[in-house]
Amino acid sequence: MLRSEARSWLESKLPSERVAEIADSGAGWDADVWAQMAALGWIGLSAPPEAGGAGMTFLEEAVLFEEFGRALFPGPFFSTVGLCLPALEAAPELCGRAAAGEITLALAWAERPGPLTLFEPGDYGTKAVRADGGWTLTGEKILVPDAGVVSHFVVAAGTAEGPGLFVAEGAGERSSTMDSTRAFGSVRFDDASAVMVAGPQEFGGLLGRIRLRAHCALALEAVGVAEAALVMAVDHSKTRSQFGRPIGAYQAVSHQVADTYMDVELARSLAYWAAWCVAEADPGAPAAVAAAKSFAAEAAVRACERSTQVHGGMGFTWEHMLHRYYKRAQWIDAFDGYGHAHRTVIADSLLP
Amino acid sequence: MDFRDSPTEARFRADLREWIENNLPDGWSERPAKPGRMDEHAAREWSRKLFDAGYAGLTWPEKYGGAGAPYSHQAIFLEEVARAEAPEHIGIIGLGMAGPTIISHGTEDQKVRYLRPILSGEEVWCQGFSEPGAGSDLASLRTRAVRDGDAFVVNGQKVWSSFAHIADWCILVTRTDPDAPKHAGLTYLLVDMNSDGVEVRPLRQVTGDPEFNEIFFNDVRVPVSNVVGAVDDGWKVAMTTLLHERGTLGFALTARLEVQLNKLLKLAREVSVNGRRAADDPLIRDGIAQRWIELHALRLTNYRALTKLMTDGVPGPEGSIAKLHWSESNQRLTKLALDVLGPRAQLDGADSIWGGYWQYHQLRSRGNTIEAGTSEILRNIIAERVLGLPKSR
Repeated sequence: MLRSEARSWLESKLPSERVAEIADSGAGWDADVWAQMAALGWIGLSAPPEAGGAGMTFLEEAVLFEEFGRALFPGPFFSTVGLCLPALEAAPELCGRAAAGEITLALAWAERPGPLTLFEPGDYGTKAVRADGGWTLTGEKILVPDAGVVSHFVVAAGTAEGPGLFVAEGAGERSSTMDSTRAFGSVRFDDASAVMVAGPQEFGGLLGRIRLRAHCALALEAVGVAEAALVMAVDHSKTRSQFGRPIGAYQAVSHQVADTYMDVELARSLAYWAAWCVAEADPGAPAAVAAAKSFAAEAAVRACERSTQVHGGMGFTWEHMLHRYYKRAQWIDAFDGYGHAHRTVIADSLLP
Repeated sequence: MDFRDSPTEARFRADLREWIENNLPDGWSERPAKPGRMDEHAAREWSRKLFDAGYAGLTWPEKYGGAGAPYSHQAIFLEEVARAEAPEHIGIIGLGMAGPTIISHGTEDQKVRYLRPILSGEEVWCQGFSEPGAGSDLASLRTRAVRDGDAFVVNGQKVWSSFAHIADWCILVTRTDPDAPKHAGLTYLLVDMNSDGVEVRPLRQVTGDPEFNEIFFNDVRVPVSNVVGAVDDGWKVAMTTLLHERGTLGFALTARLEVQLNKLLKLAREVSVNGRRAADDPLIRDGIAQRWIELHALRLTNYRALTKLMTDGVPGPEGSIAKLHWSESNQRLTKLALDVLGPRAQLDGADSIWGGYWQYHQLRSRGNTIEAGTSEILRNIIAERVLGLPKSR
């Protein structure tokens, strides 16, 4: 089964010491591991066979997003697969190269002073102009996930006729980020040659699809992160003893762990439902995804906070993995705005 | 995983919806939202109709008057009935607790004697479990049953028993061996509430109404043939009852929460504070969205638990969080309703908004985290039985 295969592969290739090493070195990924993932077909899992993919659906990818969250995968998986794959539907050759692990990609949408989120209309300072039968890009993007790691960028840029989406090679610069397993960064383009993958007619629809899919991927990742924090809390409360008993015997500790279990299962229900809605293009998908992203992210944050508390002093050390999971949970929570920004989608549908 | 009804389920749902529409009492949807004790007359009539239409005891064996239908049909039934805000079946305790217990542990004679009248509503059941001194620690109960010839003589007091005031029968947990360790020495009895020595007193609760009762047993004689399971082996029978009490709640609770959320949306659109509609207040909007998320998290977790039950035949651990999550969500929802009412929230009578509906439900919700397993006990169960943490006592 894909889930057990992914879990054991990740455990053997990326044990926590290796994740910590990659995070602390600022490398951002392990190129070797990435090549092996490509060989397993996981990068292009949902891409069509003609474009070098396995032709599966978002539901299979959902399993990977969750397991990669559980393993705290350091590398551009969310960036390339979660954010960029839909944009490559119009560029099967680039898609094939991504699936083969030859190129990696990140979505570049945010700018200084704005727009910051995928919700906001595209009035982009970054511009694309026609040149030599293709396009060139000029501008600067900020808040680009894995900017310091990836070889290519899918860029939202303004054209004379409206916003479009373009793919260009680039060299991003890493920004110091709380979660160093997935650092943001910035990228500059100066007349960089680019390929258009969506013109003004398709832009809105494509960006909406990218947004739903990405938020859902993060919800699934958050379930994995929350579960990892829960497992650590359960193990610790069974093995750590104080006052002659394992601390899990004290209700002040065990009830926090029970609450985390409840949070994880509720988040899982919402995330799986959202994944189904996205895979089926169900009209209820926007509300389902908003529910899943906001709840699962907050649940992952709470799970890590309670787990830290249960671990006592040890949970507060750099050496223990928990803070890394916590920072990932916070990364997810902050993406495209915290919970209330996403709940607005639900409120607007209930109370127009 | 498919969140849509199967064709059979969809047909069942559609037929049921039509039946409910055609069979609700006249003027039912226009009745004032009168909280408190159920309308006994309406409930009895409704129970008979449900039974005659084959909707009572859907998952019970056909041999005893049930329909032998899958659990998904029962889940659909609970959803549709709650959405239509239809009257309750008068046999909630019988359907949800006494009946399933008798099916699991009863003799053939007991099944033939007691099950069908539960379904038709002819016989109403109440529960005799909790005592003033034995709530969460049920096994410490002291109601005594002493063998005398072909009967047990029962003395003691039970509390928090709904329907006791109209009940014909009681599922009663008693202590038959005071020298045995507390879980071993209990006997489960079926008691005729019309017996000499049974006294019922209403118990007024914070909402002002007496939804529950105390039951006093003074030298009540119960035939030995009314023991369910073996003498001194009543604890495991009682556990079956509690498992069913918590299990069947899931879908009914979800549907009730959905009804409340829809009412909250209606309220938010109707009410204004300082010239602004509550529905336009960003904090209220965010609170409502959170309640919607909590409702769907509950609903979907129930589906997952139901799928597990139907494929494996055994309830999975997801079921343990339904009641815990529902109770706290309902408390938050009803409190948000008072927030929407603003300064007028204290008024609960004739000059109040919606005639005291939300005030009643908000107060009543404080009991949700206590009844049918306190939140503290449920957290202990999750910690110990689901997560394997060491016992706290």
